[in-house]
Amino acid sequence: MCLAVPGRVESIHEAEGTRMGRVNFGGVVKDVCLAYLPDIAVGDYTIVHVGFAISKIDEASARATLETFADLGLLDEGLAELRGDVADEGPAP
Amino acid sequence: MKHLAEYRDADTARRLAAEIRRVATRPWALMEVCGGQTHSIIRNGVDQLLPPEVELIHGPGCPVCVTPLETIDRALGIAATPGVIFCSFGDMLRVPGSRDNLLAVKARGADVRVVYSPLDAVTLARTHSDREVVFLAIGFETTAPANAMAVKLARQQGLANFSLLVSHVLVPPAIEAIMRSPGNRVNAFLAAGHVCSVMGTWQYPPLAARFRVPIVVTGFEPLDLLEGIRRAVVQLEAGRHDVENAYARVVTELGNEAAQRVIAEVFAPVDRAWRGIGVIPASGWRLADAYRDFDAELRFAVGDVTAVESPLCRSGDVLKGTLKPNQCPAFGRECTPRTPLGATMVSSEGACAAYYHAGRRVEPATAGATHASS
Repeated sequence: MCLAVPGRVESIHEAEGTRMGRVNFGGVVKDVCLAYLPDIAVGDYTIVHVGFAISKIDEASARATLETFADLGLLDEGLAELRGDVADEGPAP
Repeated sequence: MKHLAEYRDADTARRLAAEIRRVATRPWALMEVCGGQTHSIIRNGVDQLLPPEVELIHGPGCPVCVTPLETIDRALGIAATPGVIFCSFGDMLRVPGSRDNLLAVKARGADVRVVYSPLDAVTLARTHSDREVVFLAIGFETTAPANAMAVKLARQQGLANFSLLVSHVLVPPAIEAIMRSPGNRVNAFLAAGHVCSVMGTWQYPPLAARFRVPIVVTGFEPLDLLEGIRRAVVQLEAGRHDVENAYARVVTELGNEAAQRVIAEVFAPVDRAWRGIGVIPASGWRLADAYRDFDAELRFAVGDVTAVESPLCRSGDVLKGTLKPNQCPAFGRECTPRTPLGATMVSSEGACAAYYHAGRRVEPATAGATHASS
């Protein structure tokens, strides 16, 4: 129950005295409680646990992490070894 | 899907694995605390990308697995009470109690319902005012904000027919218990990313300092896991023991403060028995005194239960990381997901179920097993 995938907030409304939203998880849309993310807006991505949005995905951090990964390959002295790996698993040249 | 596919890229995974191979010069044992991470590791074969120096030990972070047998037996007793609608996350239905499970009680006529969110149980209480609606509130810090809010809303809405059977558990005391346990082999922790999305990272620096153990907050996708492992190995090789956040797109130092405030209002710390492990001091939450009127344990006299575990089940050793699931003699024989002896074979986050569904039936001659005695 700690696994979760990011969903996109599509709309926000009030229900039973709580802030709720419709959140789209790759095509599956669910009603989600937004009470713990008062600043979240339509279009933001969020991680949802058992019906509650807990964290908003930070786009800048997401990009920075991916850039770190990209840099690793370029700066890696073991690039030759790694190319060997890829060749091992790919089709014969 | 955005924020998903890019963290599953196979080419980048191989690059990260190559980098881990490059930096690892000595044997290291890393524990991923969270059962969700265990499943992602086994399903994606992350452990098989690692060099022989780096072993992953699967931690106790499967809430279904560590929910004490006594709580399951109490749940079975309450669910069988006439007039009760018993609500649970689906994972719990097949978890064996001393004699049977919630599915069996349901088959005998009890009104047991699977809910996606505790709010569904609150709605049931509102629409069934003549019935007692009980929610089995388990989980780590990740599910606590939802369960706490359910109680708050039930009080706001004046729902006297709603109650919770609470068995919450907490990660930091479990890390402390593992580090203090005799024969501990864990050199570094991958902290559970979604637990930290609620609680932040501020709880961990004292643990890292006291036990001189690196703690890297880690996500769930293959690249998140490899990056968490890489950062932990870099620290170990350098002799550092810091708290690092390798899941910054979701986790902040302070966490979700609104959620922490509601948790602090509704729950209070308690010594908690972990199934297969034993009592860990202050390792759980119960309902705070101000909310005890929502406590199903007080509302239903299910009496003292005498819990009896299967003598074949070694889930305690699996949860403590001293036994790999497929090293258990009962694994895949007496114990399968259809006929589970212990909760670790039931839950979608249990290590035994992860190994079974990934087809890891035969004990591999792992490098980790060699390191165990070195």
